[in-house]
Amino acid sequence: MSDAGAVEAHDAHAHGTHHELGFIRTYIFSTDHKMIGRQFLFSSVFMLIIGGLLAMMMRWELAWPETAVPLTSWISEPFMYPTDDETAAGAVDALSEFVDPYPGASFAKSLGPTAGAHMDPAFYNALFTMHATIMIFFVVMPFMVGGFGNFLIPLMIGAGDMAFPVLNMLSFWTAVPAIVLILWSFFVEGGAASGGWTMYATLSADPTLSGVDQGVNLWIISLLILGFSSLMGSINYITTVINMRAPGMTWFRLPLVIWSLFVTAILLLLALPVLTAALGMLLFDRTMGTSFFLPSGGGEPLLWQHLFWFFGHPEVYILVLPAMGVTSDILSTFARKPIFGYHAMAFSMIALAFLSWIVWGHHMFLSGMNPVLGTAFMLTTMVIAIPSAIKTFNWLGTLWGGTIRFTSPMLFALGFVSNFVIGGLSGIYMAVTPVDIFIHDTYFIVAHFHYVVAGIIFGMFAALYYWFPKLFGRMMNEPLGKLHFALTYLFFNGAFFPMHFLGVAGHMRRIYNPLQYEFLVDMQWWNVFITMSAFCLGAVQLIFLFNFVWSLFAGKKAERNPWQANTLEWTAASPPPHGNFETAPSVHRGPYEYSSPLVQEDWLPQDRRLGPEAAAAIH
Amino acid sequence: MLGWLPEDVSPYGAGIDSLFYFIYYLTAAAFILVTVLMLIFLFVYRDRGGRRAAYTHGNTSLEIIWTVIPAMVFIGLGLWSKSLWEDIKLLPPDTDTVVKVTGKQFNWEILYPGPDGEFGTADDKQVDNDIRVPAGKPVRVILASKDVIHSFFLPNLRFKQDTVPGRDIIGWFQANKPGKYEIPCAELCGFGHSGMKGWLYALAPDEYQAWVDEQWPPPAASNGTTASYSAAGMTETAQTTAQETAVNLPIATETTPIGE
Repeated sequence: MSDAGAVEAHDAHAHGTHHELGFIRTYIFSTDHKMIGRQFLFSSVFMLIIGGLLAMMMRWELAWPETAVPLTSWISEPFMYPTDDETAAGAVDALSEFVDPYPGASFAKSLGPTAGAHMDPAFYNALFTMHATIMIFFVVMPFMVGGFGNFLIPLMIGAGDMAFPVLNMLSFWTAVPAIVLILWSFFVEGGAASGGWTMYATLSADPTLSGVDQGVNLWIISLLILGFSSLMGSINYITTVINMRAPGMTWFRLPLVIWSLFVTAILLLLALPVLTAALGMLLFDRTMGTSFFLPSGGGEPLLWQHLFWFFGHPEVYILVLPAMGVTSDILSTFARKPIFGYHAMAFSMIALAFLSWIVWGHHMFLSGMNPVLGTAFMLTTMVIAIPSAIKTFNWLGTLWGGTIRFTSPMLFALGFVSNFVIGGLSGIYMAVTPVDIFIHDTYFIVAHFHYVVAGIIFGMFAALYYWFPKLFGRMMNEPLGKLHFALTYLFFNGAFFPMHFLGVAGHMRRIYNPLQYEFLVDMQWWNVFITMSAFCLGAVQLIFLFNFVWSLFAGKKAERNPWQANTLEWTAASPPPHGNFETAPSVHRGPYEYSSPLVQEDWLPQDRRLGPEAAAAIH
Repeated sequence: MLGWLPEDVSPYGAGIDSLFYFIYYLTAAAFILVTVLMLIFLFVYRDRGGRRAAYTHGNTSLEIIWTVIPAMVFIGLGLWSKSLWEDIKLLPPDTDTVVKVTGKQFNWEILYPGPDGEFGTADDKQVDNDIRVPAGKPVRVILASKDVIHSFFLPNLRFKQDTVPGRDIIGWFQANKPGKYEIPCAELCGFGHSGMKGWLYALAPDEYQAWVDEQWPPPAASNGTTASYSAAGMTETAQTTAQETAVNLPIATETTPIGE
């Protein structure tokens, strides 16, 4: 390790002269982990906007079914609106029967021509399929793992770059064709994939059953390619964390965010091959006449669900662990207090990762799987709730006795904890098999996973506000950040909490028009309320976009350590040059030595060497 | 007891509902505990200057307490859940009313075995989206699918089960109160998924008998000694078969051609 450190020191000197790398090598085909991280960040913010707009169209349809979505008249017919006038007319008649009892109906009608302009149900199915696919695979994963994983790992362990910089560049440039293909799939004949992001066979395995042919093939190929991108990233992360830690950076001096990214990388490495295999089989079923999932040829539809969720549940922790790590670091920094129970925090992440492999069947209690297995998966699911509870209580313990500074990143981290508490608790309802009979595939599950997965957005914003100075050398505007937090928190809960009520009433997920069901008509005003909140939630993100773009160019110049934090990235310049550190850091203590009695100020960076008198002072 | 869930007319729904409300009180208590503590900490320990944060790395006994208490709660919940789930799923009551429901894009195809109680005979009757059963009696339902996965959902009867092409899945439900209950499909099954629904009519005994007599008219030659087919008129063979499959393990049977 010390040899590596010496090399780093040389490199750091040498890198001072590397600025003449051309535009293309600096900004496009860069091998610098920080630039690759920024590339992932920008691409996922772009996809976040698309995924969000898809959600807005979906919400319109749910609140005012089968009316024209405003501002979409420019979208030409084959994509969104059916050309078959007869179907359209019939649907509008069906609607008018129910139109009066719920608020906003006349408002919706006044907005435009209704007859013949309502959304095609298949397009609605494509909306929620692509919304989920984009948000999971093209927003949360690249943002947290690709973006912050890349940016933070070398900086926080005191390395000059990743172990394999060229592989790192390839990882981003492999993701680009995946993005292109998934977006292209909207424009092929038959439209985008519409089988839900879970793509259950047999609906997905035989194009004649869904009417979507190339859309699903592109969906599969895009995710296959993205899998290679993530695989390259995860190998790189694992190698870098194991081999390139600065001298003195022992495993239990790693910041928890690095622990979370390391565990996430291991999960990615093990989970993605399962998805790749399943996607391959699905593609063969669709295009080459195999029958892995088609009973007509001796296949088994449930095999897909087992494979998908065997990947899919670790995937949930791939999404949420980095946000947990980010939250731990930020809470400790702004409570000015060591993280409560560091070892318990690290081990509970490892426990979550391990247990995430043996709970997949809780997605399948009603799938036709043997009910005895249901009991087994119910019990493992109860066990995985324990490390989640430990993390929550330790976060609370971190706040206790602190001197809490309410900065934008801190507010978003607290928001993440708050949402995670709700999402974690609502998971218990589904884990309990008899209750799941009723709420399975209702809006209750939609509420649950949005509190967990969309709640990760709070972790993402926390990370972005916190590391923005290090990423771009400028500060984001604090008052705007706080306003952004307050409104996002309010409308997030307004959009997702009432989904619990809908679920308890039995409202199925993935339905295009709730008014087709008599038992749901009375609940329709909640759909209107949710839609209003969702629109506001979308609209207030403009505050963020403005703040982000404005701060990029005109924000206050950031100093090295604007938050007075301990971890190594804050000892580098803002933004760090190619090679990161002027002198290779060496580490003398853990990452959370806030308010230590050894020093006057309330932070004690990991790399600061203390004289013997400081050590004597405490005794 | 709160009244958020839709009306329950099933024999085991009360068990599900009380477990639901128990979890509700449990999670509400946990939520309030965590949120109130968090708000108190945020207020009391806000940075007002002049005070230094407590320098502590944790507290092992506290951490053991908040690991063990949730663990015990989850174990208890798991045991409760296990016994109720087994009562519902593994111990179906004996019954002589059987109906086969086959999901197909985008309808529920209902097949009655007729007076002989056996499927595949001449007296079978098939309709779409309309199930008639006697109220107050358990009904064995054989769930199948012709094309994709559907999910047979009876909100008021607390019943939901996916139907999977290639296998027959045995379930049971019972409507304790006569009435008309909606049967939505709860699993995405294609562009017509929304709106795929049927109706379950739970009929009072005399109405049910009248409906049976109308569907399967008793032989005209009978002079009163020959009993007409009654709701209980299932043959012994069919009953035995049904009991053999009553362990409710999903049994792969004939494969269903797809895409036809």
